[in-house]
Amino acid sequence: MRIAVLCLQGAFIEHIRMLGKLGAETFEIRQRRDLFSRSYDGLIIPGGESTVMGKLLGDLGMTDDVRNMIKSGTPVFGTCAGLILLAKEIENDSRICLGTMDITARRNAYGRQLGSFACTAEMKGVGTVPMTFIRAPYIERVYGGAEALATVDGHIVAARQDNQLATAFHPELTDDTRVHEYFLGMIGK
Amino acid sequence: MENRWELNKNLAQMLKGGVIMDVTTPEQAKIAEEAGACAVMALERIPADIRAAGGVSRMSDPKMIKGIQDAVSIHVMAKCRIGHFAEAQILQAIEIDYIDESEVLSPADDVYHIDKTKFKVPFVCGAKDLGEALRRINEGASMIRTKGEPGTGDVVQAVRHMRKMMSDIRRLTSCAEDELFDEAKKLQVPYDLVLYVHEHGKLPVVNFAAGGVATPADASLMMQLGAEGVFVGSGIFKSGNPAKRARAIVQAVTNYTDAKLIAELSEDLGEAMVGINEQEIQLLMAERGK
Repeated sequence: MRIAVLCLQGAFIEHIRMLGKLGAETFEIRQRRDLFSRSYDGLIIPGGESTVMGKLLGDLGMTDDVRNMIKSGTPVFGTCAGLILLAKEIENDSRICLGTMDITARRNAYGRQLGSFACTAEMKGVGTVPMTFIRAPYIERVYGGAEALATVDGHIVAARQDNQLATAFHPELTDDTRVHEYFLGMIGK
Repeated sequence: MENRWELNKNLAQMLKGGVIMDVTTPEQAKIAEEAGACAVMALERIPADIRAAGGVSRMSDPKMIKGIQDAVSIHVMAKCRIGHFAEAQILQAIEIDYIDESEVLSPADDVYHIDKTKFKVPFVCGAKDLGEALRRINEGASMIRTKGEPGTGDVVQAVRHMRKMMSDIRRLTSCAEDELFDEAKKLQVPYDLVLYVHEHGKLPVVNFAAGGVATPADASLMMQLGAEGVFVGSGIFKSGNPAKRARAIVQAVTNYTDAKLIAELSEDLGEAMVGINEQEIQLLMAERGK
């Protein structure tokens, strides 16, 4: 199994390490030609600064290709900033990037860094997992084909829509591999 | 289970592969965000102007910092003087995302740095070598940057500091375990931090390059030398076309090994910051706070 990891900016190494632990092969996508350099079974959009990643996807001419890839059914997993890039609507921002997932996100929903926190909560299909929120967004609402998978303090923090998985928290920053296992389980179904 | 230091270290992980830009007004902050900065450093004067003006340089006006916080959605950092924990308390009170305990400002304490473990807000500190970096981490810094020589547009010192740090790290990884105790003594840092570097071959926190970065090529150089991201201070808003240069540096950091792309990015950027060579400067800011 080979997973492409979007490595434009942010915490992509952590995802690569996590997938390595699970025995999946990975490779880095840093520009448009990398998207077509080899075949892969899934794509990860990591945490980082969503405005930077959105900007670089545009400047490097990759936004449409990534969107088409997701629409054609390639499994994708977005964490934190990745969730914002996938969202079809953002409550407090007009910058929609990929817009493939039927969710409304709220950026920096917990405030500045003083609002960052860690907790454990139930995620449907996974179990109780540790969740690390770093200047995180949450999902105001899901609609259409999207289903909420986890809530913390009444806010949706994980959702799935067919081949798309998004979490507001960072499973790659913990030692718990189950969310990544869940994503790998979405491949080939 | 909440551990502030872990959360603060993790915030720095999110900045990796990014460019942090010095800005002095909300308008500059917007230009930086629009160009793809992952964070901005809110300052009353950029280092080149601090250098030119001379005199005592202090924390910026909180109102000016708040104006920048309101203008952008990315992380906002601000500087306090070395050892000036009251300035740091003020920055924490206005919910800054990151405090830079910085040698660019006039030091307030010539012996002690701030005890950063007493704060909830994360700190970034400058370092010239591994010993300085680990001392700052031991005091609670959750991110390190090379000192370089701020406000010069001359990258030589950032290169020197990054090379020194990387070479110190490589040497530690090849030490026998029973040699580490003496290394801790020489570096004047706790043994457990030395052991961490020996085992992992890296600092326990994110390490950025700073000081004198002025072109996409400078950014690529620092990334290839081992930086995990880049601070650009005076280099952007002291140049002819800040928006274009900022954007080019952002892309150069992401694709730092693609010389062909960086060649394209380097075209028609207008005039670069004039800068001053290290032999011509009177004040070595990097010598502040060891």
